[in-house]
Amino acid sequence: MKRVEGLSKLTGRELYVDDLAVDDVLWGGTVRSPAARGRIREVRFGSGVDWSEFVVVDHRDIPGSNAVFLIEDDQPVLASDRVRHLHEPVALLAHPSRHAVRRALREVEVVIDQEPPHLDYRLEAAPDRIQYGNDNILKHLRIEKGHVERALAESPVVVEGVYETGAQEHVYLEPQGMLAWEEDGVITVTGSMQCPYYVVDAFRFALEREKDRIRIIQAATGGGFGGKEEYPSGMALHAALLALKASRPVKLIYDRSEDMAVTTKRHPSRVTHRTGVDRDGRLLVQDIEVLLDGGAYVTLSPVVLSRAIIHAGGPYQCDNVRIDGRAMLTNSPPFGAFRGFGAPQTQFAVERHMDRIAGRLGIDPVELRRTNLIDAGGSTATGQVIDDGVDRVAVMERALELADYSGRRARHAEFNSGSHTRKRGIGLATFFHGAGFTGAGEVYLDSVVHVAGLPDGKVEVRTSNVEMGQGTLTIFTELAAARLGCPPEEVVIAPVDTARVPDSGPTVASRTAMIVGHLVEEACDDLRTRLGLAAGADGDSLKEAITGWHEANPADEPLGQARHVQPPHIDWDEETYRGDAYGAFGWATYVADVEVDLRTFATEVRDFVAVQEVGKVLNETLARGQIQGGVVQALGWALLEECKWRDGAMENAQLTNYMIPTTADVPPIRVEFMEVPYPHGAAGAKGIGELPFDGVAPAVANAVAEAVGCDPDSIPLTPERLMELIER
Amino acid sequence: MEITFTLNGEPRIVEVDPADRLLDTLRYGLGLTGTKEGCGEGECGACTVFLDGLPVNSCLVPSYQARGRAVETVEAIPPGELDALHASGATQCGACTPGVVVTALWVRRNPGLLATHSLRELMAGNLCRCTGYDGIIDGLEAWIREDAP
Repeated sequence: MKRVEGLSKLTGRELYVDDLAVDDVLWGGTVRSPAARGRIREVRFGSGVDWSEFVVVDHRDIPGSNAVFLIEDDQPVLASDRVRHLHEPVALLAHPSRHAVRRALREVEVVIDQEPPHLDYRLEAAPDRIQYGNDNILKHLRIEKGHVERALAESPVVVEGVYETGAQEHVYLEPQGMLAWEEDGVITVTGSMQCPYYVVDAFRFALEREKDRIRIIQAATGGGFGGKEEYPSGMALHAALLALKASRPVKLIYDRSEDMAVTTKRHPSRVTHRTGVDRDGRLLVQDIEVLLDGGAYVTLSPVVLSRAIIHAGGPYQCDNVRIDGRAMLTNSPPFGAFRGFGAPQTQFAVERHMDRIAGRLGIDPVELRRTNLIDAGGSTATGQVIDDGVDRVAVMERALELADYSGRRARHAEFNSGSHTRKRGIGLATFFHGAGFTGAGEVYLDSVVHVAGLPDGKVEVRTSNVEMGQGTLTIFTELAAARLGCPPEEVVIAPVDTARVPDSGPTVASRTAMIVGHLVEEACDDLRTRLGLAAGADGDSLKEAITGWHEANPADEPLGQARHVQPPHIDWDEETYRGDAYGAFGWATYVADVEVDLRTFATEVRDFVAVQEVGKVLNETLARGQIQGGVVQALGWALLEECKWRDGAMENAQLTNYMIPTTADVPPIRVEFMEVPYPHGAAGAKGIGELPFDGVAPAVANAVAEAVGCDPDSIPLTPERLMELIER
Repeated sequence: MEITFTLNGEPRIVEVDPADRLLDTLRYGLGLTGTKEGCGEGECGACTVFLDGLPVNSCLVPSYQARGRAVETVEAIPPGELDALHASGATQCGACTPGVVVTALWVRRNPGLLATHSLRELMAGNLCRCTGYDGIIDGLEAWIREDAP
């Protein structure tokens, strides 16, 4: 089936928040901190502006608690007395003219008594820079398996490595935007977002009002990738505060440079490995330390750290593992959710480290992985026993075959011996990604899905999970149609409007198709049962039954419901970080073929092969699109995308000097799926959205290492960094 | 100031501020919101429209420069023509898509371009963060093939 809303997007008819025409609308703007840290002494409104034309909001206008409700409540909606990062929101303006807002923002001066900021997460903070607890550690987590110290002492070879990854900006093509208004006492917001019920929770806390006076509607969302997970909560509050004070609708739309400068980014990381191996390359012990830059407030860093450490050991069998993770406060805008959620950082480290180990031992990187990939019945770092029917070595073999790994290696050796200026190399990464919330996370989410029969006999699927490009509308339509035995045209997906849809959880963590899709199936079953239909009944009898119900019960609708039930095989201990971290993992091997130009130090990716096992593939075109898009986004992180910092915030906040890949920068991405159905996922599917991000950077860095005989330990491998590495 | 130009085949007279970008006039003045703003500085191509048949970034064109010329936006393209791009997965989130479609149509209308440039070179002015570009390139190849004898 083709994408449900595809033609609407191709013809430009799809309406994003800035496309909505609203009468009497005011344009919002945000007054921000000019310093990374300090006390607010004064907010001065310049004399060149007639401020009576403006609506002005500051922290005193917040009726409830001045915090963006998330894991903790340390992040203010609007700074009151102190600021903790450059660009932190301090006040809000609104005016009928967009240009007037822009001009007025230049006339507001936030006067700060500056305090010393802590800007490097890798350094211990001096006492006068401590701003969280007594050590600036936002979260500390640890995984222990076996006997690490003893195993290290007994290992014949110990290989060490320190690996760093940089921040990354999401660059969803539609910048963040919100439109708010109050209607019959209900504050209503529509905008670009992944998690409408996160916004509801944030509103309850900061606006101190009941749920029935809050309505959040997702507008068409032009990409998210995690960037529209937590950030929209605060921005929606900003738009709402202005609308409430103005008693008029307010549009708050960031332009690209504001979006890039102030919104979340991928957490920078430093990962330290100490690995004991025997002479044949068998992993005896992994001692791993993970450090993340969390930025100025807690936000989602604890859960990003959690996923980072759970994936830090890679998809390998090792009986002795210690993974110690810390997310550190710095005076940067908070780092946040971004496709992969910590796992790309730690798997860059472990996959680069595997090649380093192979080099040290004189073993082929493929053989080293073949020796250590988890076999059936083996276990991950948290002790999760893997017995899912997937042959991880076969996944790797297929990728190598598709890439002609051995053939290319031989040809590259020949090419390289005949070329002084250009060098070719091929590299691989074997990796995994857990789908859905970690451990008992899905239990806490307690997701609910409704499927209703409409008066015209169609069915309406009601969830809070959004379409942001990944294909939710199409997948849910296909799943419901298949389950109900009706044509897809008989299925309608309800707009994601919290006044209409139940809370089926956030659209994050590769959970939507697998977990919520499964609930859609179960709600379809429930609808059938309520209509008294047998399991095998066809679409015509369903339609008849629905219209019949409406004739008999004009004031009611037939409603199928499903609530998440944790699969019985998941047993997780949050205290000890032991057990089944995820219901299912996707498994993959990626192979990159590169050419490095030793005059320019530019790296060209000549070929890229992505083979993965993701359970059942629900829609081949959409699934392939997820993999190709994830790979190219990760190629940007690996080679091009570098945030430059000033006072802790992104300075190159423009697409002119923050480069993301174009068509000309990447080769076709060759994708193949292997399918082992997951019994608890929709139609056997496992999560797919994030997996492709995890293995790209290490495959590319390993290929560069082979091409030029260097040992990269950090990305992005920009020409500047590569030159330094080669000439080091 | 008042300007006259041809918009999607129809003559139009509009009042514009000298500082208005063609993008603003189309989106906010004329309500043609198919053309998107992705970056506002000519890097991403989301705002691509035809100006006298050539693709331009409408965020870099002052509205008055459209005076007496022909502007064509994504809204003018019949949906029935877009099956190849639809089938290949050329759109995901849709924010870059209208610009991609306009540039793709330019390539399709001018097959001679392919004698000197690859599709990947011709499409390099339109950033997409979702598809990894294969869906776009495959769809455009199929679209061009539709014209082959």
